[in-house]
Amino acid sequence: MKVVVCIKQVPDTKGGVKFNPDGTLDRAAMMTIMNPDDKAGLEAALRLKDQYGAEVTVLTMGLPKAEDVLREAIAMGADKGVLVTDRVLGGADTWATSQTLAGALRNMEFDLIITGRQAIDGDTAQVGPQISEHLDIPVISYAQNLKIEGDYVIVERQFDDRYHVLKAKMPCLITALAELNEPRYMTPGGIFDACKAVITKWGRADLKDVEDSNLGLKGSPTQIAKASDKVRKGAGEKVTLDPAEAVDYIMGKLKEKHVI
Amino acid sequence: MNLEEYKGVFVFAQQVDNCINSIAFELIGKGKDLAGDLNTEVTAVLVGSDVKGLADELAEYGADKVIVVDDPELKEYRTEPYAHALAKVIEKYKPEIFLVGATAIGRDLGPRVSARIHTGLTADCTQLDIGDFPINPVPGKEQKHNQLLMTRPAFGGNTIATIACPDFRPQMATVRPGVMQKREKQAGVKANVEEYNPGFTPDNKYVEILEVVKAISDTVDIMDAKILVSGGRGMGNAENFKMLEELAEVLGGTVSCSRAVVDAGWKPKDLQVGQTGKTVRPNVYFAVGISGAIQHLAGMEESDIIIAINKDDTAPIFDVADFGLVGDLNKIVPALTEKLRAEMANKN
Repeated sequence: MKVVVCIKQVPDTKGGVKFNPDGTLDRAAMMTIMNPDDKAGLEAALRLKDQYGAEVTVLTMGLPKAEDVLREAIAMGADKGVLVTDRVLGGADTWATSQTLAGALRNMEFDLIITGRQAIDGDTAQVGPQISEHLDIPVISYAQNLKIEGDYVIVERQFDDRYHVLKAKMPCLITALAELNEPRYMTPGGIFDACKAVITKWGRADLKDVEDSNLGLKGSPTQIAKASDKVRKGAGEKVTLDPAEAVDYIMGKLKEKHVI
Repeated sequence: MNLEEYKGVFVFAQQVDNCINSIAFELIGKGKDLAGDLNTEVTAVLVGSDVKGLADELAEYGADKVIVVDDPELKEYRTEPYAHALAKVIEKYKPEIFLVGATAIGRDLGPRVSARIHTGLTADCTQLDIGDFPINPVPGKEQKHNQLLMTRPAFGGNTIATIACPDFRPQMATVRPGVMQKREKQAGVKANVEEYNPGFTPDNKYVEILEVVKAISDTVDIMDAKILVSGGRGMGNAENFKMLEELAEVLGGTVSCSRAVVDAGWKPKDLQVGQTGKTVRPNVYFAVGISGAIQHLAGMEESDIIIAINKDDTAPIFDVADFGLVGDLNKIVPALTEKLRAEMANKN
């Protein structure tokens, strides 16, 4: 069984967001990490490797430095890494990104593709389902549990107030939630393998059955009209009061705002 | 693609178990504003099995027209038949704008549909306007009018981007629940219904539903709560949440929490507010013992009124709080609950 996991290198917003003196986000000062939902997807794939001997390939699209995230995945236990990197692919929205990854996947063998639900930098949750559409295979998003039965994958799919147990014929694409599992750590042997590993690098010419008009900034239907750092809501009143006064203060505000 | 052929604002009227989700009415409400600017109408697209009877409710909230796609294959939500239904509706009726709720269903369906019909999709929008693109004229570039400008937070709420889709139709967006306003319900309005069935033939993309498991808990979804009483690490332990539950009960609210609380195992994940939890926008948000990590702020700062109680007067939560109290939550919260209980008893 062959599993391809799509992963993304993202700035770490969790370890403290860094700002420039002018209040803009200082991306250069922030660490990069493997996107958390993707890491859960990778862990799910590695469990299929443990259970069924699945071959696990990690695929990413990005700048040349995104190679690091593939090596991290190999250190965790992935078998191979593929980096799609090309200047003409830059500035892609989710349509062009999913076209790019689908173009790479057409050159790969897979029974199952796993992506994270969403990346913490964009939060769109669109690329996984869009890849599945381009490849004409079923998608199961928001997977919180999965197992294999013959040619089928059985997945618990989370909704707001319920979950569905779904059965799909492979090949199939699954998007993973960070809650799916607790990703393993890199192993010393894995780190050794990761250093030695040869990362496959593909450019535009290696993508199969994709038109130029669907790639990069020019192939992106959505365009940014305006981007700005969020103006945070300003602080209101702040008071230091003893408990009895504090209660009266809150009661007063709740009445003033017609909450009570 | 002849963009001129595309007319009208369409919204996906999400229903589950033949009950229309509130997001459908919110989308109709916003759709009416956009349709007003464009001098066009709002059409709700109702997809399901045996759902025709729900159409009037959509009209009562302002839908000018309702397209009903009714088929047994659509009984439970599944990506493929629903994506097929919407893609065919779009092909046939050619709307210029198509809005979908950013729910667990809409965020699965939207991308699949937009990829099928080749258009752009902007996720999790919090604001929609009609305007020019580019916003300001750029020499050598055509400025297009009457474009949908879709605004959304990104980067965990640290940045805000406004997106346009100038060369493809429909302009598609998923819209965050709880952000747009519904119109007041006009009881008794009858829907102008059009039925359309594009035909459903199962293929490899149809998945089989083996089981539907509904959550056993009867708690209110924190995204639907009007009043949230949210606790953080400063609560000290799981037992102290009892204080918050009592306060919430008096106010008819619901308890939620920060990530630290989930990580500590004091409360389950579905109560978590923040970047990796849920985004909430209640009328009143009590932040009790929550320091206010940026990921948490991103998930709650759109609340109408934020009341923060924290002993640390440098806590970032005070940067977004309308009313900040520096003090001991262990004393303030029980006393507040008691006072509110007395107040409510007086009223009744």
